[in-house]
Amino acid sequence: MLLEVEGMTLAYGNITAVRGVSIAIPEGSLVALVGANGAGKSSTLNAISGLLPISGGAIRFEGQSIGRLKPHEITRRGIVQVPEGRRIFGRLSVEENLLMGAFSRKDHAAIAEDRDRMFELFPRLKERRRQVAGTLSGGEQQMVATARGLMARPRVLLMDEPSMGLAPLVVEQVFETIQSINAAGTTVLLVEQNALMALEIADHAYVMEHGEIVLDGAGPALARDERVIAIYLG
Amino acid sequence: MPRARRRVNGIDVFMWGLRVIVAAIALIGVVATLFTGRYSLSQWFDFAMFGLTLGSVYALIALGYTMVYGVLRMINFAHGDITMTGAFAGYFMASSMARNGYFESHPGFAMLAVFAVAMLACITIALLTERYAYRPFRHSLGQAPLICAIGVSFVLQQTVRGMFGSGVKSYPTLSWHDVVLEFGGVRVPVVNLFVMGCAIVAMVGLYWIVHRTRMGMAMRAVSEDKNAASLMGVDVDRVIVFAFTLGGAMAGVASVCYALIYQQVHFFMGFAPGIKAFGAAVLGGIGSIPGAMIGGMFLGLIEAMGPALFLDGLGIPAPYQLRDVIGFLVLLMVLIFRPQGLFGEAMAKRRA
Ligand SMILES: Nc1ncnc2c1ncn2[C@@H]1O[C@H](COP(=O)(O)OP(=O)(O)OP(=O)(O)O)[C@@H](O)[C@H]1O
Ligand SMILES: [Mg+2]
Repeated sequence: MLLEVEGMTLAYGNITAVRGVSIAIPEGSLVALVGANGAGKSSTLNAISGLLPISGGAIRFEGQSIGRLKPHEITRRGIVQVPEGRRIFGRLSVEENLLMGAFSRKDHAAIAEDRDRMFELFPRLKERRRQVAGTLSGGEQQMVATARGLMARPRVLLMDEPSMGLAPLVVEQVFETIQSINAAGTTVLLVEQNALMALEIADHAYVMEHGEIVLDGAGPALARDERVIAIYLG
Repeated sequence: MPRARRRVNGIDVFMWGLRVIVAAIALIGVVATLFTGRYSLSQWFDFAMFGLTLGSVYALIALGYTMVYGVLRMINFAHGDITMTGAFAGYFMASSMARNGYFESHPGFAMLAVFAVAMLACITIALLTERYAYRPFRHSLGQAPLICAIGVSFVLQQTVRGMFGSGVKSYPTLSWHDVVLEFGGVRVPVVNLFVMGCAIVAMVGLYWIVHRTRMGMAMRAVSEDKNAASLMGVDVDRVIVFAFTLGGAMAGVASVCYALIYQQVHFFMGFAPGIKAFGAAVLGGIGSIPGAMIGGMFLGLIEAMGPALFLDGLGIPAPYQLRDVIGFLVLLMVLIFRPQGLFGEAMAKRRA
């Protein structure tokens, strides 16, 4: 397993938000984590990224425990999160945002190459490279957030609701991008409220409810599972 | 979040009344002063010159407040006293070099040494303060960090007082200190030009670091969103140390300039410029680097021209004694009427 969460529990004060969650992410896979509002999906990602301390269980990357590392150390090992709500740096230019994504890297020539590749992938961003990112549209800001995450050349990309607040057409583009990133070799853990769409593209998926994993299985199969359909469409 | 339309209440009326009264007093003072014509054009120029000189020192100190606020959302109330330690370090360096004649034989190199020592002292004290007084309290709730900052301020003052006494020490006189240049009728003291020049060099350097280097970019990112920056692989602690280092360096330059202007050092000398520079930072919008620069200049100008401009015309005796009062009044007015400053967002209200 490339990344493994085992029996993880975490709490905000005395409110337990995640209870005994186990997730296995093999190298090269696209794993989805779906669930309703407040299920504990973002909390799980933030725990993996080191932003939240865990109170039980373990998080392992390539067999090594990373539960006590600081966020920047985890990022430097190649586990990169594209956080919920984009969280781009609004007063930095588009290009600076991308460079921030590559902050943990030292290979300057390759960074410049990757930046150009991102501009190829998202031509809108190239036109606006010198513009302050806070002035971009919602869809463009999501492009910045995704491109910024990719600039780290992650081993594992954790994406928290990349489709949030986007027009349907843009959502499709974002999903295509995620699939092509994954096809190019990056392991992806995708958190989505847009559950059915996420399940369709996932190799494996977990359904979370009230801080616990209640179901898991192959993505497309779960998309047809009546219990999932009951949760999301019933 | 959509804010409900507020009804006009008594406090609003009072605030507007206050605004009108302040504006009226200032206006009457200005008109009366200009009408009597007590000051010649060249005197006004002198005031402005002194204001810009003082203002560039305030601007340098204000930068320290603004950068630390940017990364920590905390007012480093010890910053004025950190500046004071730099002035003392510079003073000891200067007086020892004055004693052995080095100041006269190698004025350029000597000045550089004074700046270096002062900057080093300020950076060291700033980093020690960050590491041992602020970092342990960073995650504690409430006002603990603020109280700690005020505590550090007292500790620095009393330590310097204990070690070097409470008397005023006069700076060694430099041969060029009182030279006055004349350009077509206007007289410009060399010290003023020197101080402004140093401040401009320091600020241009700072601007370059903040906008053209990796760490500068990381600092701007951290001041927008600490967690997002840490997800990019930024070590936030290192960026905080970086911000304190830059702030300390600026304070070091400011301390030597301030001591050159007033030609003395004193254990309590950091207090007033510290508070005023804090006001300048708030005026420019705390967290904003250009804001701190402009706020500092503006405050210096107000302080230098204010007494003559506003108070003289009102028939107030000895207006120059009231310079500090004007400075503090401006700070108060900013906090009341425009807490977000000229370029910034409201303190503590940034980002829900
Ligand atoms: N900072 C916090 N302090 C206290 N409780 C929190 C905090 N953040 C989240 N929670 C609680 O933890 C639970 C899980 O929240 P989390 O954000 O992980 O859910 P989520 O699955 O990501 O939801 P959404 O789909 O709305 O993003 C919720 O009940 C939430 O109220
Ligand atoms: Mg969430």
